[in-house]
Amino acid sequence: MEDAFTIAAYVVAGILFILSLGGLSGQESAKRAVWYGIVGMAVAVLATLFGPGSGLWLISLVLIAGGAAVGYRLATRVEMTQMPELVAIMHSLVGLAAVFVGFNADLMINYVGGVYEAQGLVLGAVGADGITAIGLPREVHDGLSAFGQLIAKKSSVEIGILRVELVLGIWIGAVTFTGSVIAYAKLAGTSSRLPFQVDTAARKLPGGHLLNAAAAALSLVLLFVYLGSGGSWALVLLTLAGLFIGYHLIMGIGGADMPVVVSMLNSYSGWAAAAIGFSLGNDLLIVVGALVGSSGAILSYIMCKAMNRSFVSVILGGFGGDQGPAQAIEGEMIAIDADGVAAALEDADSIIIVPGYGMAVAQAQNAVSELTHAMRKAGKTVRFGIHPVAGRLPGHMNVLLAEAKVPYDIVLEMDEINDDFPQTDVVIVIGSNDIVNPAAQEDPNSPIAGMPVLEVWKAKQVFVSKRGQGKGYSGIENPLFFKDNTRMFYGDARESLDKLLRLIK
Amino acid sequence: MSLLGAGAALVLGVGMIPGMPASFMQHFIVFVLAVFIGFQVIWNVSHALHTPLMAVTNAISSIIILGALIQIGSTSVLITLLAAAGIFMAAINIFGGFLVTRRMLAMFQKS
Repeated sequence: MEDAFTIAAYVVAGILFILSLGGLSGQESAKRAVWYGIVGMAVAVLATLFGPGSGLWLISLVLIAGGAAVGYRLATRVEMTQMPELVAIMHSLVGLAAVFVGFNADLMINYVGGVYEAQGLVLGAVGADGITAIGLPREVHDGLSAFGQLIAKKSSVEIGILRVELVLGIWIGAVTFTGSVIAYAKLAGTSSRLPFQVDTAARKLPGGHLLNAAAAALSLVLLFVYLGSGGSWALVLLTLAGLFIGYHLIMGIGGADMPVVVSMLNSYSGWAAAAIGFSLGNDLLIVVGALVGSSGAILSYIMCKAMNRSFVSVILGGFGGDQGPAQAIEGEMIAIDADGVAAALEDADSIIIVPGYGMAVAQAQNAVSELTHAMRKAGKTVRFGIHPVAGRLPGHMNVLLAEAKVPYDIVLEMDEINDDFPQTDVVIVIGSNDIVNPAAQEDPNSPIAGMPVLEVWKAKQVFVSKRGQGKGYSGIENPLFFKDNTRMFYGDARESLDKLLRLIK
Repeated sequence: MSLLGAGAALVLGVGMIPGMPASFMQHFIVFVLAVFIGFQVIWNVSHALHTPLMAVTNAISSIIILGALIQIGSTSVLITLLAAAGIFMAAINIFGGFLVTRRMLAMFQKS
């Protein structure tokens, strides 16, 4: 279906895509690497437009330009705090595109089948050797589109495989589509642009996971019906089942698990593209789909590891298993005002700031950055400790801090900084809770027992900037707040930090 | 290591299915190798850049636009309409994804 030049262009594009992902190993190389991806995409699209996709190239270009305009608006207007929402809604587009392209493949099979019938032949029938399909007469064959010709050459076994591939593409695409739309609605909350809103809490829906299992089983049955009859109606029902599973699955997962959900949907969008690549016989789609699929899978794995939870337990929602009663917490929460924090910072030499999702909610990242610069100017060592699941997207905190002009070389990962807490004078915890909870290590009955956490309590003094005395999102009591060396700095994170800044300057 | 073994067994298993056409196996090899490269490359991605990673994988997974571009020249109106919608949506993602990745990466500055 493709000429030699197109295939050569695809190889070049594939290598460029691998390089663009590889470049993300460091901040400076990443800035170059994104260009590899852009050039790779341009090469692949142009080679297709002038090669096998030359049918309606002008209309295609107009459509691409229209998409470019929308994409440009999205990319330039989005706030960095809204990045999780943007990523989620973009996954839904890939999913829906996979559904459409998959349906087209089915329509094309039926169309080519019709052409065969008109010639008095049967699509998929094999010749004397039992392998090669009986082709159409030359002039009829040449009249088909590139993809039509590819199908016309297939034997019945190959057409069966093609059907399985396109079902996979459509089904995964459908799950990705509704799943991502729901993830978007949960992440966006009240600022959702959709006609409906979804609260971020995990909802126990009627039927629960039994319903998901039933929908999955129904999908499998429909696959065999579709393979047997080739009826497009089975495909439509399959798509509906996929759409339902995506919706139902993500509705049951709470806001704090969103890093895993978004990574998982990232992975699915890749596998959908790969399955479509198989059905179209397009190796570049297969390569890119596999790259993206494995990327999302690794991200999901890292996120699960950082929460010490299995992937299954995240997907099934809620914290796993029965726990015993939580250990009683001794001590009391002691509040401190801005003057007290300022005095302690005055005396401190080394400071570590631990931000969480609450920092983004309070839009406090600029105040954090100003505080950092002021303290660094005073000759103090200031660093940041980032937990892998801080925020609602993997790496979200790093982007927010970078936007606020915090230099990236003082922003460290949990594993890099955890040993340094005992030698640290002051730790400021801003808007994070579970990721600094000592119960993960000390209380085997805690729902988060075993989760890797930032060991902030080992520092000489800890200040926790927190809105109020509540337990926060997960509802888990945090013994850190009751420790002798902890002081609670109550109030809106941004206002508290602004107050602090005035005192320090 | 056990993951590697399971992967190898899976690949060999697929090859042993009776009647599996060679045309499928050719694409399957490409797929398996690409998954392997993906794992090697992604483990080296800095944790600090996981958000840009998601944005850029989003952009490049819109390579699915190639499928729609190939299909749009069909004689069927329905196919053309679906393909046109696919091209439009994928184009949003390609441009939006790459642009927002560039925007994010430009923010990362050393002290």
